[in-house]
Formats: sequence, structure tokens, C-alpha cells
Amino acid sequence: MKQMRLVIGVIGVDAHVVGNKLMENALRQAGFKVTNIGTFVTQQDFIKAAIETNAEAILVGTLCGHGELDCQGFREACIEAGRGDIHLIIGGNLVVGKQDFKGVAEKFTGMGFNRVYPPGVSPNMVIKDLKEDLGVSEE
Amino acid sequence: MSKNVEYGLFIDFGSTFTKVVLLDLDNLIVAGRTQRPSTVDTDITIALTAAMEDIKEILGGEVPYRYKLATSSAAGGLKMAAIGLVPELTVEAAKRAALGAGAKITGVYAYQLTRKELEEIERASLDLILLAGGTEGGEQDTIISNAEKLAGLGDLHVPIIVAGNKTASDEVSSILASRGKDHVITDNVMPEIGVLEVDKVRAIIRELFISRIIEAKGLKNAEEFIDEILMPTPTAVLAAARLLAEGADGEEGLGELAILDIGGATTDVHSVAKGDPTEPGLVKKGLPEPYVKRTVEGDLGMRYNASTIVQVAGEEFFSEDRSNSEIDLHNSVSRFVRNPETLPESEEDKVLDINLARAATRFAMERHAGQIETTYGPSGSVYIQYGKDLRGLKTVIGTGGPLIFGSAPDLIIREVLFSEDNPFSLCPRNPKFYIDREYLLYAVGLLSEKEPLKALKLGKKYLKRLNNHRA
Repeated sequence: MKQMRLVIGVIGVDAHVVGNKLMENALRQAGFKVTNIGTFVTQQDFIKAAIETNAEAILVGTLCGHGELDCQGFREACIEAGRGDIHLIIGGNLVVGKQDFKGVAEKFTGMGFNRVYPPGVSPNMVIKDLKEDLGVSEE
Repeated sequence: MSKNVEYGLFIDFGSTFTKVVLLDLDNLIVAGRTQRPSTVDTDITIALTAAMEDIKEILGGEVPYRYKLATSSAAGGLKMAAIGLVPELTVEAAKRAALGAGAKITGVYAYQLTRKELEEIERASLDLILLAGGTEGGEQDTIISNAEKLAGLGDLHVPIIVAGNKTASDEVSSILASRGKDHVITDNVMPEIGVLEVDKVRAIIRELFISRIIEAKGLKNAEEFIDEILMPTPTAVLAAARLLAEGADGEEGLGELAILDIGGATTDVHSVAKGDPTEPGLVKKGLPEPYVKRTVEGDLGMRYNASTIVQVAGEEFFSEDRSNSEIDLHNSVSRFVRNPETLPESEEDKVLDINLARAATRFAMERHAGQIETTYGPSGSVYIQYGKDLRGLKTVIGTGGPLIFGSAPDLIIREVLFSEDNPFSLCPRNPKFYIDREYLLYAVGLLSEKEPLKALKLGKKYLKRLNNHRA
């Protein structure tokens, strides 16, 4: 079976590295080839890494609550870079304050993200969805 | 001539001069030196023979030499093109690998090569091509397509070093082989995002330089008179930098350092330094920096590129302490460009030369050193460091004509200093300054391959300390 390639990182001016490391480990254990580009990552950093690694998906983490601003135009930038097909996922503390998650999720799917996860989501959930979305069969 | 003394002869085949330095390897002194105009276009051995006659005269007869070693930057130096996928990633990695091997980079290419770029590559009279692209197991279409395009260039007859995604390397190799293109497959310069593997590529460049390029440039004849042309001149300077920094065989080095080399066509900066942040709270980003790093500024050369120095620095830079008008500045600068062999004689030319060298120094160091960028987050400003933080560097060594022969090396070399006017540029704050007054660094680099301890002692002995205080 082909090993799926992922680029993961924390977008924007955001140093929250703990969740990022946890996700990296969980994804590696689940058999993905993970390129973790760490914290303080820009959209362009994600896309450039995805081009060189020919990644199937980008996983954007954010905790500082500025995700909406940081992610505007992400899908368009992928299209521009010739990787419009890439699977885009975001998770974490996406917005500031208590907002209804359904509304938040809609906002991000509207921006072109394929999956949007609320704070505190289990890595297992993300892995299960990823396998399904990327067509990785469970052995 | 002293009997029973062992001598080493070190030659630098430059594009303008063939320089020879004679070292007494027992007493560790410079026993003699000479230079003759290079004769690369006709027969390189003409200048060499003349220089050897000079040395014979200095010694008062023939002596056996323990070593006769040479570097070369003649016939345009080691001209390379670096090709990769994303500009900031594999392209940058390929560029750094080539620069660190002493190459002169004539072109840097990203993504799929266009017809115009291919024409440029074909016309550039290159010595080597470095072809990268894709991390291990990553993107492979681009490197394969670029290999096909290069293979299709009928007039391209230079070795191609392939250092990209290994998954693509078999296909790349058969494409190049099918069109008779000479090539070497080696390890990926960027196996993973953020990981640079330049050592293998550098070693291969060096091998090809010795085995192929020397001959292609008509330098092979020289090997009848000398043991070996070992490396491109910049590589020898880089080797000297490393030796002087790290020490050898129990003899201490000078610690982390930078070497500034101001030349007629380029200004090079070599640093042997980790460049980690010197203050807390800096976040490091970008590609990891090679511990031994060389940058080459092709627009900052004292003669061939004197006019671009003026463009880069701005005319104000030259008006500060200059009574002459703008027209005089332009006239003098274009005279330098037209006659690269000009040595400054008039008072005006001397002042202009110093100012050109000051500007070249300032911009070359600013580009070599890292910088800080400020971004603003929820908890205030965040400082992000790109490149090396050289603010704590203790030693800067200067070489090249304006520093060795000019009247104001202290004024010129001080331009490397950190300045409050540009506090985000991580230049050295308070280093000790030294001048390579005997133009010995290339010889030190060559000798370091054979007898590192002697090379180190000689190198240290002949560096002249400058004082840092403002004149």
C-alpha cells in the first residue's frame, strides 16, 4: 500500500507546539509519512513543503484563535501553486471566544478546507477520517 | 637559499594573475613570492614557467619541493547552474551546495525549465550542472521533465550531478544516458524539508573538478610542472577558514570566524560559525545554515561590477566624504569597469576605491549575515531569525586587493560591523580584525590538506591584527 504523505504545522504567529508534536507522533504511528514544519508557519511554507514532498494532504493546526485570518485564501493559493487537488484539514482553537462550532466549521469549509475539527479532537478521529478520505484501506 | 630546508610551492591560477608563494616548511616563513599575468588563453604554462624562474632566482637555484600544489579560478572559475523545484527549498539547497564547493553560479532555476532558460544554460559555457528537486519519496515529475529537457540540448556537454528525489533517480539516469549525457547520481541535497545534505555533492564537485574540469579548461599542461591542481581557489579559502577557526593537532584555532574577500568581479564572505541566536526570545526559521558557509556577491566587484556597487549602495554613499560631482563619480566608475586592471594612483581614485570597497563590504556582510523580522501576534511582537546570527563573532579576516594593498584597510573592514541604523541585520558587533597581508589564505587551505598543523601556524603567524578603533 502506498504511504500517504502529509505536511503538518501550526499556522501564523502561533508557538503552540505540544498539540503539533502529539499529532505528528500519532500520524507517524498510523503509518503516514509526516513532514512536520513546526510552528510560525505561513500558508506559503505549507504549500512549498507540500510541493517538494508531493504531499496528499496538509494539516493546519492553530491554537491562538486567529485561524480565520491566517487561512483566508489558502485553497486559492494551493490552486495557484498547481496543487489545487490537495486535501486540506484544519483543527484546534479556530476562533476567539465561544462561537457555535457548526458555524465555524461552515466558515472553514467555505474557505476550501475538506475537514474542520473542534478543539480537543482525538487524533484517532482525524486518522480515521484521513484514511477514509485518502482511500487508505484498513488492513 | 638554505640547504636542507623543505619548501612548498603554492600556485593560484587566477583569471588575471598567476600567483606563486614559496613557503619554508621548516621555519614556517614565506620565503618568496611572485606573480605573472595569466596565460590561460594561450598556454597556462607560459606564466607558470616565468613565475618559476622568478622563484628560482629568489632561491638562488633549483631546490626540491615537498609540495607543488595549485588552486585555480582561471577561465571563469568553476561555472555551475543549480536547478531545483521550489526556490526556497531544493533550489536554495542546490545553490548552497555549489557555492560551498567553490563554484561560481551563473544561473539558478526553479520548477520546469523553459525554452528560454534552456537556451541560457546552453549558452552559459558551464562546467557543471547540479540537478535537484523533490524530497525523498516526494515530487518527481519536475526533475524527470528537467532531465529530459537537458538531455535534449545537443550542445550541452558538461557533467550533470543529480542530487534530487531518489525515487526519480533511475529514470533520470536512463534519460540522461540515452542521450549520452555524462552524469553522476548522488544523495538528495534536501532529503527532507529543512534538512540539507550538501557534503556528498561538494565531494563530487571536487572530484569532477580534478578529474575533468582542469583538463577541459586547458589547465592540464600545468600538471607537468606541479603535483596537482587540487581545488577551485574559493574552496581553498574555505578550507583555510575552517582550519583557522577550529585549529589542528592540538594547536588552538581562532574560534568561529568570517573571512571577507573583496575581488575584482565578486565579493565573497565565508563564515565558519553556527550562528545560533545570541539573545533569548528569537525564533529561528528558514533552512538550516551550513556551519561552513560561503556567499558570493556577483554584483559587488571592485572592477567588473564597480557600477553595480554604486547602484546598490546609492550615490549618497559616495558623496559623504567626496568633493567631486556625480559626473566625476560616473566617469571614474566606468573607467574602472572598462579597465579592470586599473590600480588606483590619483588621490581621487584612491578615495573612490576605498569607498567602493566599503560599500561592497557592507552589503556583502549584510547579505551573508542573518536578519530578524518582526511579526505581531496576540501576545505582542515576535522576533523571527532567518540565517546566521553573527553578532557574537570574535574574528573577521579580510583579504583581497583593497584590504591587502590599499591604504585604509581599517576603514573598509569596519563596514562589516553591526549598526544601530540597521539593527535587524545580524552582523558582528565587536570582532577582532585581521588582514591576510601576504595573500596567503589559499596556500594555507592547500597546505591544510597535507600538513594541517604547519598550515595553521603559518596562517596565524601571517595574519596582521588591525585595531578596531575609529581612525
